[in-house]
Amino acid sequence: MIRPDAPVLLEIRDLTARVEDQPILKGVSLTIRAGEIHAVMGRNGSGKSTLSKVLAGHPAYTVTGGTVRYMGDDLLSLEPELRARAGLFLGFQYPVEIPGVSNLEFLRVATNARRAGKGEEELDTFAFEDLVRERLQVVQMDPAFLERSVNEGFSGGEKKRNEILQMALLEPLVAVLDETDSGLDIDALRIVAGGVNHLAGPDNATLLITHYQRLLDVITPDYVHVMAAGRILRTGGKELALELEERGYDWVDAELAALERTPAEVG
Amino acid sequence: MVAASLSTPTAAAAAAAGSWVAALLANATGGADALAASRERAAQALAQTPLPSRRVEAWRFTDLAPLTAVKPTLLSPAPGAQPETAAGSLRLNLDGHSDPLAGISLPAGLEPIGGDELNATLGQVLAATGSAELWPVLLNGATARNVLALRVRGTVATTLELVSDAGAGEGILPLRLLLVLEPEASLEVLQVHRSSGANLTSVVLEARLGEGAELRHGLLASGAETGCLLATVAVEQATGSRYSGVSAHGGWALGRLEPRLVQSEGAAHSALKALQLADGRQISDTHSQMVFEGPDGRLEQLHKAVADGQGRSVFNGAVKVPRLAQRTDAAQLSRNLLLSDRARIDTKPELEIVADDVRCAHGATVSRLEQDELFYLQSRGIAADQAARLLLRGFCEEVLQELPEAARPWQPLARLLGEQGR
Ligand SMILES: Nc1ncnc2c1ncn2[C@@H]1O[C@H](COP(=O)(O)OP(=O)(O)OP(=O)(O)O)[C@@H](O)[C@H]1O
Ligand SMILES: [Mg+2]
Repeated sequence: MIRPDAPVLLEIRDLTARVEDQPILKGVSLTIRAGEIHAVMGRNGSGKSTLSKVLAGHPAYTVTGGTVRYMGDDLLSLEPELRARAGLFLGFQYPVEIPGVSNLEFLRVATNARRAGKGEEELDTFAFEDLVRERLQVVQMDPAFLERSVNEGFSGGEKKRNEILQMALLEPLVAVLDETDSGLDIDALRIVAGGVNHLAGPDNATLLITHYQRLLDVITPDYVHVMAAGRILRTGGKELALELEERGYDWVDAELAALERTPAEVG
Repeated sequence: MVAASLSTPTAAAAAAAGSWVAALLANATGGADALAASRERAAQALAQTPLPSRRVEAWRFTDLAPLTAVKPTLLSPAPGAQPETAAGSLRLNLDGHSDPLAGISLPAGLEPIGGDELNATLGQVLAATGSAELWPVLLNGATARNVLALRVRGTVATTLELVSDAGAGEGILPLRLLLVLEPEASLEVLQVHRSSGANLTSVVLEARLGEGAELRHGLLASGAETGCLLATVAVEQATGSRYSGVSAHGGWALGRLEPRLVQSEGAAHSALKALQLADGRQISDTHSQMVFEGPDGRLEQLHKAVADGQGRSVFNGAVKVPRLAQRTDAAQLSRNLLLSDRARIDTKPELEIVADDVRCAHGATVSRLEQDELFYLQSRGIAADQAARLLLRGFCEEVLQELPEAARPWQPLARLLGEQGR
């Protein structure tokens, strides 16, 4: 839902970042207001996951320029855990397996960290059990998954459901969902997308990274961005995704080549 | 494997160490109990055996200084506070002096071994496992004043909990245990050893498993900054028997565990799962030995270690498969977590395989906490230090959750990670 007067939650300006010595993000700008759903699409390797990890604060990526303001504050100066407590959520493209750490305990500790960030009191084990059982229904997940180690031995689709369960518990203000739809069967896609729709509201925002229109059939984006070679090359409405579905990414090369020429003409 | 910097003990230190044994023997021998004769023999052997030094391969990484700092006298520990006993288990308190069976009615299937039979049996498993001459065993033999010896028949439904607490006193607490499992007998045993002072807990367990017998054995030992532990677990297995040993030790200035297993005719099943921790300036050491003296034997061994601070972890896992032990199937894995730049981990498999038709897998990894795992937790609002704690606990739980149920009231994880009073 686009409301021009809605508060800006996330404002990315000319963001550049590298991993080791390789520049990957080459100037990303993006503004997300409360209530909006944004989709980021783009070829493999174009930098979508890098953007999501830089936002979440992964230590392997070094920001080399630009700014990110989250709720008016400098996001990049915050430790990853403080970003999460302030309501930024990253749904991982590849959720990490953590042997020996019980999923239930993990979810409880994470939920209480977020609650502390919101100034709410911690939930004891019993109150948390009630909450988690309620939120399990959002993703129609079997409570048996709570007893297992975090993501360990989960199938691809089960891991993605576990991500959305975490989102349901943490109630983020800005959720960045990196290919949450990949690896899901048709029913699971509907369930997960239903969960995302259920959690989206006028006061929060969602950034969906996806390759497929089928997700955007269920979750209608307000904006679609096409990422290429570490930049946002084009931004449009939901019809841009349909156009991509039809035309593919070949046009990207021509536009990129034009972009590369620009500095030479200037200089 | 990482090379050690060997320090040559000075002559003065060597003399002091020798006089430590002499002083101990002067304080500990004598007496007219059932063990008097064997104690005398062990004392003589101990007097003639040089103190282990780092020039000996088996002690290369393990400095005995914390041990010789212990007052060379026998300890009479005062009973400390204990958690409630878990349902279905019988707790026996071992203080090295009094009879742990006094006033206890043993569950069906357990009976004490005494008199001539005890004299005839004691030491046999040590001999069968090549452990009789080990220095910690001699030290125990020269000082122990009583032995808890039990015969096991049939399936014993009660878990036997054998508990000691050296407490804050100074000196040596020697404990001697013997279990004889008749064919098809089944028993679960948990050893719990604690200390909070400058003392040595010396424990030797001999277990003989008859054909088809099963022993599930747990050992939980949490020490103090100045406390030492020398624990030997000698197990002799007949065909078709199953031994499963789960151990966890840490917090000792010097804590060394020596599981010594022999499958005397092969065709038995042995499992060893261990966790050891070394923080501060502690040394945590395991030297295990598995010998197959017949074909078709199996071993599953997982050894995990955590080294933090300036702690030092040592693992040496010997597996011997002579020619007659065809079709042996042995797997040994050593997984180590290095949490500080100043900590050290030495891990070494020692495979002696002569038989040709065998499967012997072994592997060792040393790693730090995984960056991606830490980040995943942090990205959910969990602070870096708490995330590291969760990962560490996860690493430990894989072994700790295999301890007998009776270990639960002792809170193994909190105890070993120092997250509670001792
Ligand atoms: N840790 C890393 N080390 C080396 N290269 C990296 C690292 N992370 C990302 N890259 C590189 O950065 C580029 C962008 O990767 P990224 O994962 O952001 O792509 P993506 O758009 O998410 O692709 P996909 O659609 O396949 O998920 C790729 O060329 C990738 O190989
Ligand atoms: Mg990606």
